[in-house]
Amino acid sequence: MSTREEQTLFDASEITVSMGPQHPSTHGVLQVKLKLDGERVIDAECVIGYLHRGVEKLGEAQTYGQFVPTLDRMDYIAAVSNCLGYCEAVEKLLGITAPPRAQYIRVIMTELNRISSHLLWLGTHALDIGAMTVFLYAFREREEILKIFENYCGARLTTHMFRIGGTQYEIYEGFQDQVRAFVKDFPRHVDEYETLLTENRIWIGRTRGVGVISAKDAIDYGLTGPSLRGSGVEWDLRKAKPYAVYSDFQFDIPTGQQGDTYDRYMVRIEEMRQAARIVAQAVEKIPDGPLMAKMSKIIKPPVGDIYHSIEAPKGELGYYIVSDGSTLAYRARVRPPSFVNLQALKKMVAGHMVADVVAIIGTLDIVLGEIDR
Amino acid sequence: MEFAIDYVLIPLIKIAVILAILPLLVAALTLAERKVIAFMQVRLGPMRVGPWGLLQPIADPIKLLLKEDIIPERADRWIFALAPVITLIPAFIVFAVIPFGPAINILGKPVSLYVTDVNIGLLYVLSISSVGVLGIILGGWASNSKYPLLGALRSAAQMVSYEVALGFSIIGVLMLAGSLSLVSIVNAQKNAGIWYVFYQPLAFILFFICGVAETNRAPFDLPEAESELVAGFHTEYSGFRFSLFFLAEYANMITVSSMAVTLFWGGWLRPFPNVPALAFLDWIPPILWFAIKVIVFLYFYLWFRASWPRYRYDQLMKVGWQWLLPLSMANVIVTAVLMLLLNKG
Amino acid sequence: MPKPPPPPPGAKPAAPAVPAKPKGPQQEPWSSPLVDAIKQKFGGEFIKSYSFLGQNQIELKKDRIAEIMTFLRDNDIVPFAYLVDETAVHWPKTEEFEIVYILYSFSKNERVRIKARIKEWEPIESVAGIWTTADWLEREVYDMFGVQYANHPNLKRILLPEDWVGYPLRKDYNIRLQDVEWVRKHLGIDSGQKYYVGEARHEDEGYITPSD
Repeated sequence: MSTREEQTLFDASEITVSMGPQHPSTHGVLQVKLKLDGERVIDAECVIGYLHRGVEKLGEAQTYGQFVPTLDRMDYIAAVSNCLGYCEAVEKLLGITAPPRAQYIRVIMTELNRISSHLLWLGTHALDIGAMTVFLYAFREREEILKIFENYCGARLTTHMFRIGGTQYEIYEGFQDQVRAFVKDFPRHVDEYETLLTENRIWIGRTRGVGVISAKDAIDYGLTGPSLRGSGVEWDLRKAKPYAVYSDFQFDIPTGQQGDTYDRYMVRIEEMRQAARIVAQAVEKIPDGPLMAKMSKIIKPPVGDIYHSIEAPKGELGYYIVSDGSTLAYRARVRPPSFVNLQALKKMVAGHMVADVVAIIGTLDIVLGEIDR
Repeated sequence: MEFAIDYVLIPLIKIAVILAILPLLVAALTLAERKVIAFMQVRLGPMRVGPWGLLQPIADPIKLLLKEDIIPERADRWIFALAPVITLIPAFIVFAVIPFGPAINILGKPVSLYVTDVNIGLLYVLSISSVGVLGIILGGWASNSKYPLLGALRSAAQMVSYEVALGFSIIGVLMLAGSLSLVSIVNAQKNAGIWYVFYQPLAFILFFICGVAETNRAPFDLPEAESELVAGFHTEYSGFRFSLFFLAEYANMITVSSMAVTLFWGGWLRPFPNVPALAFLDWIPPILWFAIKVIVFLYFYLWFRASWPRYRYDQLMKVGWQWLLPLSMANVIVTAVLMLLLNKG
Repeated sequence: MPKPPPPPPGAKPAAPAVPAKPKGPQQEPWSSPLVDAIKQKFGGEFIKSYSFLGQNQIELKKDRIAEIMTFLRDNDIVPFAYLVDETAVHWPKTEEFEIVYILYSFSKNERVRIKARIKEWEPIESVAGIWTTADWLEREVYDMFGVQYANHPNLKRILLPEDWVGYPLRKDYNIRLQDVEWVRKHLGIDSGQKYYVGEARHEDEGYITPSD
């Protein structure tokens, strides 16, 4: 860590401290330059780009089918959502829809993926604030989900589950039983996390009133996902602009009131429960049928452009694809939720103490792979 | 000759025993911490070194001893070397007055299971543990780096703040026992036939909370937490010097637990020491009673660390000054009034 | 031989060269009260509005874009409170960047895409004062394409290092290109890349295609 100070140590009115890029709590290679007045943060400047890999340029160099696994590496914690969004965007451009069986499998996997992403968020957020045990418990449940992923497609992290037009893999024998067992057991575990944290006065002391952002500011900054819902805006793309077969399921959208870290925590905990509810409904009625839509092997979308977004665990994940009629996209733009969410960090840390910066970075739930692409 | 044996040889032997056993206890405590917290977190902890990881506390000091001794270039070499020692020595010498058990017969001679019984034992413990704070400040200062210094000052401020409440919380016990000597306090509990925790429950809770804060343990461990910006006073220390700080911290944990047991939980006394019906419990030697109780409190230390998040620094200070201190003062007043009314004298 | 009878009037000529109806989705014209309001207030900048695959788009000229965006955010018909995304597409044939804004209205649950074309050397007004989201989004467009935003609070590179030369997402920036100078200066190694920023890549032994 490096510092620059305007005056000597004891009469420094303002010092600049650089947190990162290697830091145990910044969830990736993120550098936050904090301007401090004693213990209080006056300003925070984020320096990103340490993980920039040129994903959008690759989108122009790889065919549509080849590009899908590259996208897994963006939000590597919740890789299934990236896949879903892109496949659906290209399918929209091609004018095809995946068959119902594939859609149901997609929804189940995407919701399991949402649970797994939120579990990782919960574990690391609690760990940053000092509750070490929740980390281990959350990862125990996440392990179950990753086992399901591994059984289904062979990979735990970068899954490449879906293909343009549907899914490639048939569900394996015992899939429904394994998923049913998981959703039956899961609410009890969420209760366990809540027992450890929700009413704990130390937890409340560390998260209530920390990182407050009003609904108006949240919309102005373009926050989406649980960060927006924590401020009271009841908006979820699964209900506002339903995609896949989400309109077939019943689920609620949790919101907070004050827009502080505690509310965002409660929103995400409730989202985990709702996701389990969706999976429980979906796994019962997977329809029979083909897995891939009828389409040509070579994907050549018509000339034009499309924007399609989904509700990823981190927020609104959007894909803007411009096609020139060839097998390569002309422009493959990814609208990353964490990139837009991270801008709000400046607003949220102003006036807080240094120890809160870590909590606020945690509550935004960022993943640098998505920010930097 | 009697003099030499009673006042020189036997104490020397006791000191040697304590200095020999204490590091082993601390080592065992580090292993216990890792294992207990691991089991609470649904994992196993160290398993490789020895069966069930039991030889881990031997491997760790060997590792620390074999590490390169790094002294930062612009650090003050003498103070840098001295600081961990200044922290460690008080942590060890405080055990001179802690009573582990009553007099037992060894080779026909009654030998008391404590090094000495100073008639200001309680004061001795408090003042010696305050010296330990000096080592922390010096450690941060000598590193000649801004962040260890700030971390050291914060740790020191935290320890000093909680010492005040700590002191107040034991005044109640002091008034009940009528003596500062730790052995007398235990004997007073024996005469009263009841452990003082039943007379002073609030004081015990305050004492233990302040004790946890004194030792910089969770949930008051922000100054040395890994995810905190400032890494604490022992940033620049590595290898053997770090292990001295580490040893001191765990020895302090044992001290706080021993004091809690001595002052509130009857020291070496069995439960209900004057009730003849429970005399069958006497087959457990007193020193074992002491050990069991200390182990229970050490377990609480570990339990706190595994379960709770940590307080932010300003909240920590607020809890100490705005809650614990007034409560402990109130406890003193209430105890005094009750004693006057009930003529405990 | 008698001449064949003249073809009856109105008959189609044989083997006509009628162009086949274009396959695939087409742009449908789109009009709505919002479009009418824009045409009324900013008629000079309005080019066209259409709908493609069900997604509504408006093409505008780049002048007064900030005013138009403010209007879009604050109007009563469909208030677009949320800037979803702002990005650019490079069309090297016409030496133009197409700046694309995607807006969303919570109250009406509607999305619209605004496109404005600028020449590669022209600046465009920043909308960061209207939606703070645009701050970083425009920095990224600047970083990747080199689009100059006027009145941007903090226009500097965001993903690439500050002293990187070149704008990677342009079509004439080969995917394998590196800023060799930067690599040499900061990493101390020789990059070994075949193509150098600033050199005339088209005169080399063939433009590297993506399949290389």
